Amino acid sequence: MSALLFYILGFIMLAATLLCITRRNPVHAVIYLVASFFALAIMFYLLGAPLVAAFEVIVYAGAIMVLFLFIIMMLGLAPQETPEGPGWKRWGPLVLLSSSLMICTLMLIFQDPAASKEIGAFYLAPQAVGEALFGRYALAVEVISFQLLFATIGAYMLGKPLSKGDQ
Amino acid sequence: MNELLISLILILVKLGLIFGVVLTMAAYLVLAERKILGRMQMRYGPNRIGPGGMIQPLCDVIKLITKEDFVPARADKWIFLFAPGLTALTALLSFAVVPFSPPMTLFGREIPMVVCDLSIGLLYLFGLSSLAVYGVVLGGWASNSKYSLLGAMRGLAQMLSYELSLGLALVPVVMTAKSFSLTEIVMAQSTWPNMLQHPLAFIIFMISITAESKRTPFDMPEAENEIVAGFHTEYSGMRFGLFFVGEYINLIVIGAMTTVFFLGGWNGPFLPPVVWFVGKILFVAFLFIWARGSMPRPRYDQLLRFGWKVLIPLALLNVVITGAIRLAMNG
Repeated sequence: MSALLFYILGFIMLAATLLCITRRNPVHAVIYLVASFFALAIMFYLLGAPLVAAFEVIVYAGAIMVLFLFIIMMLGLAPQETPEGPGWKRWGPLVLLSSSLMICTLMLIFQDPAASKEIGAFYLAPQAVGEALFGRYALAVEVISFQLLFATIGAYMLGKPLSKGDQ
Repeated sequence: MNELLISLILILVKLGLIFGVVLTMAAYLVLAERKILGRMQMRYGPNRIGPGGMIQPLCDVIKLITKEDFVPARADKWIFLFAPGLTALTALLSFAVVPFSPPMTLFGREIPMVVCDLSIGLLYLFGLSSLAVYGVVLGGWASNSKYSLLGAMRGLAQMLSYELSLGLALVPVVMTAKSFSLTEIVMAQSTWPNMLQHPLAFIIFMISITAESKRTPFDMPEAENEIVAGFHTEYSGMRFGLFFVGEYINLIVIGAMTTVFFLGGWNGPFLPPVVWFVGKILFVAFLFIWARGSMPRPRYDQLLRFGWKVLIPLALLNVVITGAIRLAMNG
């Protein structure tokens, strides 16, 4: 049952992502990407990690993609015209990068003995995630939050109206 | 197999019951709002059809269904058609995790009075409320009209900003219950409702949820005297009806959330739990209608400034203080 669901979700994810990167209209692309995030969230839930599933929806689908929509609507982006020039110039770097990434992933999967093992049924309680984050990985969490703080300060500096002396 | 069949039937029965009750409640909340607002403005409100206007909702539905379903030229047709459904859907889905009363025993089986008691119930509600933004934004954008776009942008910024203070206001609630499950949050309030334990969080929650659900006084996305009707300007017929009904289902969702998180859920003396639960929901809904009848609308930038500069710092401070007190008490 859950294997069948996995393949259905995987198909939805791949199809939605493919549609996302081929749309000319940015708003349509965002909607397809949100659909893909949804499938990913349900997949996390099936794996026994409900907290990750919830964050996938709240953070990615509910906040980041909404910000994308906001920017698209603010700038009034129209559907893109086909750019000029031969196709390989536009697609070449993309194909090269993603195929090398794909090859690395496949090599990892075939070399790692754990990759062929079936994942047993387990359930990750939200409390366990919290304990791990603020116990074992407390330092990493603090470092990452510092990074976010830097980004916030940077954004504030960029967005600050210029004072008279700076002009 | 038999066990599976029974639990499947149970879930379907619960879903059917919730669907019927919530939709009926939403329809009569519309009538209640019109009548209460009417009384507050020294008039009668709808009172022509049926005794005291009781059949008015039915007539409204018939009117909405039989009207022309109009799609403006140059609108993004598919998104325009599916956006209202998204609004109603996210509101309806919220009821899957709301517990109505403690588990009941029927024919020797213990039946939980909730469709699905998720361990992440609170986050599930939160995820749905962050998805509710899409209905507004996509509907407004797809209409290809200035007023709709303005309403959609306002709605987006407002809902995104107030989601933060809403989430932060709920942190003390989770600290008290030590769980995201709504059933456990209600159980943790069997002696004292959270409203008394966390009064500041309650106030922040009420203001944030008003803005999050675009209720008056924070209904800038559809401010009728500035931008016609905001994001649903171009909608007609039952598609407008879906936005409208979604808003009233949302009012019940807000009532249920407030009840579960702060008013002690089904807990209460003398009366059966379900009566307490529905009564508290209706009371909260009445508060919102009352606010609509008596509050003026602030300006849009005032709303955002208040959210970012007052509510979010205040909610963060509240989290720190609550955490410190809990730490000191537990040693």
